[in-house]
Amino acid sequence: MYSNKYITVYTVIMTLIVSVILAFLVTGLKPYHDSSEAVFKKKDIMGAIADQIPSDLKSMPDDQILKLFTDKFEQVVLDANGQQVDGAMAEKVDMAAEEKKPEAERKYPVFVYNGDKGKVYLLSVRGNGLWDKIWGYIALGEDLNTVVGVSFGHVSETPGLGAEIKDNPNFPAQFKGKKIFQDGQYVSVAVVKGGAKNPDHEVDAISGATITSVGVSDMLQKGLKAYLPYIESLKTAN
Amino acid sequence: MADANVKAAALEEKEPFFGKKERKALSDPLNDNNPITVQVLGICSALAVTTMVKPAFIMALSVIFVTAFSNLAIALLRKGIPKQIRMIVQLVVIAFLVTVVEQVLKAFNYETWKQLSVFIGLIITNCIVMGRLEAYAMANTPWRSFLDGIGNGAGYGVILLAVAVIRELFGRGSVAGFKIIGSTNEFLLNTSQISWLGWYQNNGLMVLPASAIFLIGIIIWLQRASNKKLVDVS
Repeated sequence: MYSNKYITVYTVIMTLIVSVILAFLVTGLKPYHDSSEAVFKKKDIMGAIADQIPSDLKSMPDDQILKLFTDKFEQVVLDANGQQVDGAMAEKVDMAAEEKKPEAERKYPVFVYNGDKGKVYLLSVRGNGLWDKIWGYIALGEDLNTVVGVSFGHVSETPGLGAEIKDNPNFPAQFKGKKIFQDGQYVSVAVVKGGAKNPDHEVDAISGATITSVGVSDMLQKGLKAYLPYIESLKTAN
Repeated sequence: MADANVKAAALEEKEPFFGKKERKALSDPLNDNNPITVQVLGICSALAVTTMVKPAFIMALSVIFVTAFSNLAIALLRKGIPKQIRMIVQLVVIAFLVTVVEQVLKAFNYETWKQLSVFIGLIITNCIVMGRLEAYAMANTPWRSFLDGIGNGAGYGVILLAVAVIRELFGRGSVAGFKIIGSTNEFLLNTSQISWLGWYQNNGLMVLPASAIFLIGIIIWLQRASNKKLVDVS
């Protein structure tokens, strides 16, 4: 048996040693965490327009990704009325945090890619899947109507079913060429079961993942709607 | 058991650096005393991270690291640890090592860290780690404990990889991202072009955690059928 004094001293020393080492480790690795997180997020954004990026996104080294991002992407932050917020960086907008704010105070990020084939507007959307949150980047072409690419992400959709929105390249590929306006009216793009009929506004759902598919549909409908004032203002400006 | 350990401790000076006992500490967990199939520990993470080979491999490496170094640390400290709080000391050591693994992984392999998400943190509660500390490291020399830790981590990793290979092959048609069988040109066997494979479809069950419990059950069955030593172990 050990005395209480020994145990107390032992615990204090042990805790001190462990916490000091961990504190140093975490502080030391912080820059690496930040940079890998930034690269990860940028890859996620660029994934929506992977075919317009000059080289293959998967094999691109990290510093090139960052360089491409600073060179070719413009960042715009919108407030809830679609007005540009001066001096704000879109990459700093955290959609998860914005979602918790009241609708009138939310901010929306836009990334504008100045590629060889003209401007591409990347809009960020977020919604609910079956188990947890899903999100996506929707790339609109210069006409602000045609979808030129999308990428989706999720927290924990079922692998092989709901997770196919991200894992199966055929699902996001369906969105290419879809239109979000019909005769000037906003209709978004719907994910429908039993075969898409409207070639402009519908894509096929994933069988076995109905709730995730409906979630994607809802997310697009609501998410893109928030950008409508901005899209209108751009259209009139052109 | 306790007597045997005391004797072993008394004899330890005379024993060779890598003798029979060391070999046994390293090889036993791979088959005769496998943490997953014989001790049936660590099942939770074995179900969760075995959908694909790469995360399973990283997970196995992380567990080997944690079991090996926590065994080493506890074996070094074993004479000074107050018996009343030994579990807490063990837990602090495990939690420390797991945090190190998680931080390093997050810094240098962010995508895998995202994929494994909470399961790296849950190594802390993996019964294999604490089980080895209590059963082995508290009563054995540091070097032997270290080997025992590597052995147990590897025993866990072997089963994890076996399950992951089967699940990824049948669930997604690939192994470690290398596409083997499926219906587009990216695959080695393109089922849309080879007519006698036209019936093939990915097995949806294999991507769900339930398939891992079936596979582990089958592995346990095969192992017990082939290993006479395990026949009476229940």
